[in-house]
Amino acid sequence: MNLLELFKRRGSAPVARERLQVLLAYERRSRSQPDLVSILREEIMAVIAKHVQIDQDYLQVSMDRGQTMSTLEIDIQIPNKSAAPLAMSA
Amino acid sequence: MGKVVVVTSGKGGVGKTTSTAALGAAVAKTGKKVALVDFDVGLRNLDLIMGAERRVVFDLVNVIQGSAKLSQALIRDKRVETLFLLPASQTRDKDALTEEGVGEVIERLRSVFDYVFCDSPAGIERGAQLAMRFADEAVIVTNPEVSSVRDSDRIIGLLDARTLKAEQGEQIIKHVLVTRYDAARAARGEMLNIDDVLEILSTPLLGIIPESQDVLRASNLGSPVTLSEPLNSAARAYIDAAKRLEGEDLPVVVPFERKGFLDRLLGRRAA
Repeated sequence: MNLLELFKRRGSAPVARERLQVLLAYERRSRSQPDLVSILREEIMAVIAKHVQIDQDYLQVSMDRGQTMSTLEIDIQIPNKSAAPLAMSA
Repeated sequence: MGKVVVVTSGKGGVGKTTSTAALGAAVAKTGKKVALVDFDVGLRNLDLIMGAERRVVFDLVNVIQGSAKLSQALIRDKRVETLFLLPASQTRDKDALTEEGVGEVIERLRSVFDYVFCDSPAGIERGAQLAMRFADEAVIVTNPEVSSVRDSDRIIGLLDARTLKAEQGEQIIKHVLVTRYDAARAARGEMLNIDDVLEILSTPLLGIIPESQDVLRASNLGSPVTLSEPLNSAARAYIDAAKRLEGEDLPVVVPFERKGFLDRLLGRRAA
């Protein structure tokens, strides 16, 4: 182990503090009002489900909550209409 | 009228029961009448920590259900005569405690005792909410560790929303008690330090209890550490915390474990 690693190993408390600050800022907000990212996720999913049947196997949702910005990624594979009769005949 | 203090944390295993026993005994030793109430129905342990496990006849649930009188269920401590314990029951029935019943028992205790300490179960379910429901003050026991601090924050939110005081528009008085603190590790940046914890929770500090082997020893012997080893560093920190709880303006010092030359040489821990 070199010297640099030794210093890195010792600095875990500041990382703990920062992670807690980000997490608790979010958790405190969501206590008083529902979480926007979760609402968006549910409503977007509901709109899509109204038009196409969503297969859970072809759905990927990922969220990353940050202090100043959050991201929501929804990746859904929607089957083409032309593929449907093929699937039925199979 | 006595003061009702809930000792809570959210997370389990951080030292709620140990702290309830140590703080309660320290206050009782000054001559105040103190009742310790175990709210951990089904998993009671305050009786064991107090060394009264063989003297339990009736419990909190018996009193609430009317099958025993409050005076019959209270166990007087054999070391401090102003210290009493009201044990929890070992029933598995989660609904054994009712809000009305708990409220009645707490009000009766409040009229007789100077201090009523409610030892909360872990978690944020019914038992934990009933333990805090009628409290005037709260001691939030926290370890300098991420999951404990997160859960303490959650509990602080509940204290501000779900207690009777909060619902009546009053403020419940909250204090953070940091336990199992290792000042040397915090100084090396290996452990959250006191300033980190206080800044994150933005709640005043009641005391810092250093990590000490004598705390486990006291549990083994069934005696609060403030009674069995009052000169130990953890016991002194609890005694100071108890004085602050009683309103004394005592500065908090970060306790350092002093290690003598021989202890260092033998790798032994002094405390």
